[in-house]
Amino acid sequence: MASELQLVGAGLAAIGTGAAAIGVGIIFGNFVNGALRNPSAAAGQFTNAIIGAALAEGLGIFAFLIAILLYLK
Amino acid sequence: MRKTKRRQTARPREWRRKADAASDKGPGARRPEKAMNPETAAKPNPIEQFELVRLWEHEINGVEVSFTNASLYMLLAALGVVLLMVFATSRKALTPGRGQAAAEMLYEFVAGMVRQIAGEEGMRFFPFVFSLFAFVLIANLIGLFPYTFSVTSQIIVTFGFAVFVMAIVVAYGFYRNGFGFLKLFVPHGVPALVLVVLIPIEIISFLSRPISLSVRLFANMLAGHITLAVFGGFVALLLGAGAWAALAPVPLLAITALYALELLVACLQAFVFSVLTCVYLNDAIHPGH
Repeated sequence: MASELQLVGAGLAAIGTGAAAIGVGIIFGNFVNGALRNPSAAAGQFTNAIIGAALAEGLGIFAFLIAILLYLK
Repeated sequence: MRKTKRRQTARPREWRRKADAASDKGPGARRPEKAMNPETAAKPNPIEQFELVRLWEHEINGVEVSFTNASLYMLLAALGVVLLMVFATSRKALTPGRGQAAAEMLYEFVAGMVRQIAGEEGMRFFPFVFSLFAFVLIANLIGLFPYTFSVTSQIIVTFGFAVFVMAIVVAYGFYRNGFGFLKLFVPHGVPALVLVVLIPIEIISFLSRPISLSVRLFANMLAGHITLAVFGGFVALLLGAGAWAALAPVPLLAITALYALELLVACLQAFVFSVLTCVYLNDAIHPGH
């Protein structure tokens, strides 16, 4: 019976989503940090911040996917 | 889990037999005892909202083409986009009214995004990106109404979009650059020894793009709707628990806050989806970067 270990694995994989949350937080934190220093340049970099956050979030989503696959297997 | 069982019973007979044989072993075998337990059966099921319901069953040569609730809400989203645009542009005025102003803002927003990311040449893809953005946005927003169905919380819908986007990127990349498109996988200014490692990584990252693009939208919508349903279940459970019912407004307030967050997520994910589409299209137009 691997089902208990599967659940443990799903829980471990879900840690990755939290790590991605830290990454997204760092990106937006630094974006606001820079935007407060130079507000006139902020609008042009907002799209870049969103792209960076989306890419960081994508890795968290891979972890979520692994967790779901393990959970539903 | 129970819902998949119910779904299978509506399938053609030979499918059903195969499904039953498959569920004898594996995780399906332990489901019935769960259903018999009255405590778990009484609890509200947060994933019931994603169930596909056949509204009109039909089959062509053994291939199922039923009209489901997903089809209905996709049709509604497409209709919503068309109606918004037709209504907004029906009375063109120099000083725009409310509808026209909304449509113009949407247009300017997407056009600016495409121009900024994919350049002036990317503007030939503007109709595509705009349709994609508007459809995903309207579908997300329709899904937020209570008792409706969120089309974008079905992985096959978002995966279909993502594969379509990547097919366009690959096709246009080869059409415009010939085999120069393969420069996409070779970052310039990198020593040859590092390239041995870097090229496989670039190829894997390119191949995983449709997955990450589709799963991002799907997982965000799925997680948001499940969270709302779970908090709704808390309210129902507390109301049914005697004196604890006094605490029921707490999750109710949490739902209001979460709903505001979901409204943001619905718009943001439509935006992210179209931004990444533009980034990938830019790769097809300027593969050397």
